[in-house]
Amino acid sequence: MSGDIPREHALHLLREMLRIRLFEEKCAELYGEEKIRGFLHLYIGEEAVAAGAMQSLTKDDAIVATYREHGHALVRGISANAVMAEMYGKVEGCSRGRGGSMHIFSAAHRFYGGNAIVGGGLPLAAGIALADKLRGVSHVTACFFGDGAVAEGAFHETANLAALWKLPLLLLCENNLYAMGTALERAQSETDLARKAAAYRIPSTSVDGMDVLAVEAATRAACDAIRAGAGPQFVELRTYRFRAHSMFDPDRYRDKSEVGRWKERDPIMTFTAFLRGRGDIDDAGLDALRKEIESEIATAVAFAEAGQWEAVSDLTKFVYSERPLAGRAS
Amino acid sequence: MSEKSYRDAIRDAMMEEMDRDPNVLIMGEDIGVYEGTFRITAGMLKKYGGKRVIDTPIAEAGMVGTAVGMAMLGLRPIVEMMTMNFAIVAADQILNHAAKVRYFSGGQVDVPVVIRGPQGAGVQLSAQHSQTFESFYAHFPGIKVVAPATPADAKGLLKTSIRGRDPVIFLESAALYGMKGEVPDDPNFTVPFGVSRVAREGSDVTIVSYSRMLQMSLIAAEKLSQDEGIECEVIDLRTLRPLDLEPAYASVTKTHRCVVVQEQWKPFGAAAEIAASITETVFDELDAPVARVTGEDVPMPYARNLELLATPHEQHVIAAVKKVMYANG
Ligand SMILES: Cc1ncc(C[n+]2csc(CCOP(=O)(O)OP(=O)(O)O)c2C)c(N)n1
Ligand SMILES: [Mg+2]
Repeated sequence: MSGDIPREHALHLLREMLRIRLFEEKCAELYGEEKIRGFLHLYIGEEAVAAGAMQSLTKDDAIVATYREHGHALVRGISANAVMAEMYGKVEGCSRGRGGSMHIFSAAHRFYGGNAIVGGGLPLAAGIALADKLRGVSHVTACFFGDGAVAEGAFHETANLAALWKLPLLLLCENNLYAMGTALERAQSETDLARKAAAYRIPSTSVDGMDVLAVEAATRAACDAIRAGAGPQFVELRTYRFRAHSMFDPDRYRDKSEVGRWKERDPIMTFTAFLRGRGDIDDAGLDALRKEIESEIATAVAFAEAGQWEAVSDLTKFVYSERPLAGRAS
Repeated sequence: MSEKSYRDAIRDAMMEEMDRDPNVLIMGEDIGVYEGTFRITAGMLKKYGGKRVIDTPIAEAGMVGTAVGMAMLGLRPIVEMMTMNFAIVAADQILNHAAKVRYFSGGQVDVPVVIRGPQGAGVQLSAQHSQTFESFYAHFPGIKVVAPATPADAKGLLKTSIRGRDPVIFLESAALYGMKGEVPDDPNFTVPFGVSRVAREGSDVTIVSYSRMLQMSLIAAEKLSQDEGIECEVIDLRTLRPLDLEPAYASVTKTHRCVVVQEQWKPFGAAAEIAASITETVFDELDAPVARVTGEDVPMPYARNLELLATPHEQHVIAAVKKVMYANG
């Protein structure tokens, strides 16, 4: 880890990663209490990816994510209250409780959703990028997807269209080496995923996804290229999920020692050590940061607890367009 | 007979057929090393090896199309969909290819492929993970659609699916995987397609259903018997294509009243087809319009209160039975 990154910005990155970690640890706890139900896919271990990649995006840029998207939503600026209330299924949730953990969505933040279908978000993201391009606005659409999605036809159709039409599309492949229980080399003919994208003539790089500064630098370069009119860019973020695929996954397909080795590269732990080394933060500072975040999360839980259930008479509201567009999440 | 779960009955059917016929193989996401997200394929990779238990990448269109190609050459692939929601990604291969290649080739090839997996709502998985697909597939000529309600039928119907010559969509109810029941041990036990059964005898109202909704209807029928003295006859369709409504016609001729129960959305659903056929065939026997119990016409919401509202429950069946008896209040 290196760089002359300003202290303020460094602390911001640390804060964002820690927000994701603590928020999701709370989610796991709440799942045990059955406050959160359905599927819950945790991002713990991968925080440097969302925290780093989001830095070069402006509020006018668009984002499409997967079902493992709580972290992306938080970093994007959707409030912890709105995300937590959604996971509770309350009407104050960003999707009014209709979507849950896999469908965090906020058009106001140009956050066009979590998506429960592997690869499903990729063509949508291309369309958002194309709409922006046709309207002559120079926004970037960032699409997050897993290594598993690279096996879907949707990835290949999207890559081809994006390159053919020079779309302002940032393809962010979160390669955590597993698609549920299937290791990368058991699913890909070419495990160097950047080469797959490069075959479509999309400039492609790979970066250490456990290093928030490296993630930020690589995605910033890619964003700059898109803004300069170079068309789509692909960045592979090499990362690892510390937890099981979802709360239903017994996680028997990975060696404990493999998980242990990756945990030694915990992006929050290593970045904290880096900042301590530079004298950017000390124990007291860390403690204060943690407390602040814990209080943000406690507020979110209280907000979700106090939230309302949607009126049963509104069950079919939003199936069609006869009602006005939904209110925007804060 | 042995007591088996619906899940184990499905696995037994596949393993017996793999033992019987070397052309049978299975492919799908996380079915081998991982042993299946619902553990249907537990132990199969170890027993049959990687040539016959094939882990695939997340590539539904690719895997179904591959299976169709293998089936055209005489293999008998079973494709496990992690859930049937993901089979939509492969809809073109299922509906434009598997369902049609025999016909458009003038009968030159068989397509013995089975596409099976769990479906259904109820555990807050929201809009993209809670669907049921029987009407969707049953609309298309060229494929058979199976929806078993018991462990014995799951086994017997799956064996018939694997031994057949046509593409089969085999719809399992995720909610029934743990259900136990008596299952014949005979390795040649099969259940033929297109033979509905009377799951409960009764004289007052006929209830027609299949899969999980059949089990729910049986519970409703018991309650109606105990609380109201109303005796329902419950018909289990078992397969929607081919569809055998003869026992339903016979029952309606006796009861003169009919309720059809399905989990999916009401418009253009299986219950509409069944109700229309009953009305066309035994119209003169009916003392009331055929009633339908269905899910609400809405993508499945996540919130528990809305999900409960969107899915059919026993009380809906009970209310519908009372309605066709003109016994509501
Ligand atoms: C089309 C489709 N197929 C299968 C699934 C089931 N499924 C959900 S997540 C997942 C693994 C995805 O792996 P990857 O893309 O690497 O993302 P990760 O979960 O590792 O972040 C699978 C198979 C699905 N949701 N959609
Ligand atoms: Mg992955």
